[in-house]
Amino acid sequence: MLKRVLVLAEQREGRFRKSAYEAVGLARTLGSEVHVVLVGSSVAALAPQLGAYGATTVHTVEDPRLALYWPEGYAAALAAAIEAVQPELVLLIATAMGKDVSARVAARTQAALLSDCIQLELQDGALQAVKSMYGGKVFATVRAQRLPVVATVRPSAYPAPAPGSAAPQVQALAVALPEAPRAAVVEVAQHEQGKLDVQEAEVIVSGGRGIKEPKNFELIEQLADALGGAVGASRAAVDAGWIDHAHQVGQTGKTVSPKLYVAVGISGAIQHLAGMRTSKCILAINKDPDAPIFTVADYGIVGDLFKVVPVLVAEIRKAKA
Amino acid sequence: MKIAVCVKQVPSSEARIAIAPDQRSIDPTDVEMVLNPYDEYALEEALRIKEAKGGEVIVVTVGPEKAKEALRTCLAMGADRGVIVTDPAYHGGDALGTARILADVLRGLEPDLVWCGKLSIDVEGDATPIALAEYLGWGHVALVTKVEWSDDRNARVQREVEGGREIVAITLPVVLSAEKGLNEPRYPSLKGIMAAKRKPIEEVKPSVAAESVGAAGRGVEIVAMAPPPERSGGRKFTGEIAEVVPQVVELLKTEAKVL
Repeated sequence: MLKRVLVLAEQREGRFRKSAYEAVGLARTLGSEVHVVLVGSSVAALAPQLGAYGATTVHTVEDPRLALYWPEGYAAALAAAIEAVQPELVLLIATAMGKDVSARVAARTQAALLSDCIQLELQDGALQAVKSMYGGKVFATVRAQRLPVVATVRPSAYPAPAPGSAAPQVQALAVALPEAPRAAVVEVAQHEQGKLDVQEAEVIVSGGRGIKEPKNFELIEQLADALGGAVGASRAAVDAGWIDHAHQVGQTGKTVSPKLYVAVGISGAIQHLAGMRTSKCILAINKDPDAPIFTVADYGIVGDLFKVVPVLVAEIRKAKA
Repeated sequence: MKIAVCVKQVPSSEARIAIAPDQRSIDPTDVEMVLNPYDEYALEEALRIKEAKGGEVIVVTVGPEKAKEALRTCLAMGADRGVIVTDPAYHGGDALGTARILADVLRGLEPDLVWCGKLSIDVEGDATPIALAEYLGWGHVALVTKVEWSDDRNARVQREVEGGREIVAITLPVVLSAEKGLNEPRYPSLKGIMAAKRKPIEEVKPSVAAESVGAAGRGVEIVAMAPPPERSGGRKFTGEIAEVVPQVVELLKTEAKVL
């Protein structure tokens, strides 16, 4: 067990992201003291919630300039917390923000950096991680050569624990922020409300070349809706301009491991398979019985997706009713 | 504007990757090496800026002699010159070590703007561009999908985050990392390929000590590599849709327990 773990809890607009609870929950299993740094314009009121997931102390850093993400401001806040807490491990989730702050702070503090870990554990006193490399074609075990370590863990790799009722100590941390922001977020444009990101979703329904044209993605959306999941896509569908790259699963997109992955009209190129083969359950729908996607699918339906998907949507709604 | 683009040569995304007998590296035999795809977006954007505003595009890499192929690809696309650190003592570092080498080389080049790909598709450290900005003492924006210049020093850039996009105001100098979707990279033309043969590639030696940034200075060590957990195909259903689909849904519910 480590003595002190420090977590950066990610909040946006006064709400924690799921990743905040995941990070605190994992920190609890690795360290006896779990310190959390909470950064934003007015965030102290959120702090008590983190006790329920295992935080022992929450350090709040509040400044109007920190309302939206500002890499150097957030890095200064985390570096100040490291100075105050002297943790052996600084833990973040590998979101866009987590990857950003972690790299800067690791460089600043000369810490060892373990990024985008699928597993993170203590092994003979050293921190050791499993990482996906080459787009999921290789799983590497990577060991930190020194402490402290800054680590980011892939979203959903460690689900958040059930909340308890403990209350953390909350204290304000004074941070000298850099003078003028040189690259700060000035505006946030949300995607459509309620749409899940593929890396945070427990169910993903992806469409590929077999979808034939962009408007047919409606079918994928209907199936995703029925399953309560996110819409994904193969590289072929993204490169054809049918759907935004944010949805791409595979080596030049996102590597995912949801509970259920449904591949619709995706033949299964090596770079796509590498990006989704660690899913718990895979269902594939393809009219070509020899499509490589069937070699990784737990269940495969050979048939015309335009006929299969509507029936599937109806049956899933029935099963879930 | 002087723009530096940091690039890397990596195995193609179509390549099958086999693990070497030492169980901690990959077997390079018959693996096609290409310019990292995200670096293509970075270079394309740099070339477009040069075309609009004038200036110079320098491509920089840390790697063996063979990595010059990736630089030649960049030169064929339109970059003006290449810089490479070929000394093996500087190779094999972790993301932070490589960022320090690049920072050292870039200080000598004095660019106004540095572009990188968001990550290299081999070891996927995805920290190098950001750590590079920290070592240079510059600002940065990672995962850029759009750049709109308001004048020669200022721009608004868009970056992809979970569930949305962030608009970031930047002032040069800055490090930007390119995400897919930023642009459609050009193919090298025949004329470009011919011209690239005459463009200079300079070998440089960084001033930072190799022991602190190369393989010897790694903060993290790969101790083992394994193929992903095996997965065998399950059941394939080929019957009438009206019969097969309810069957599969039942299995998802009762056997896989994912509904």
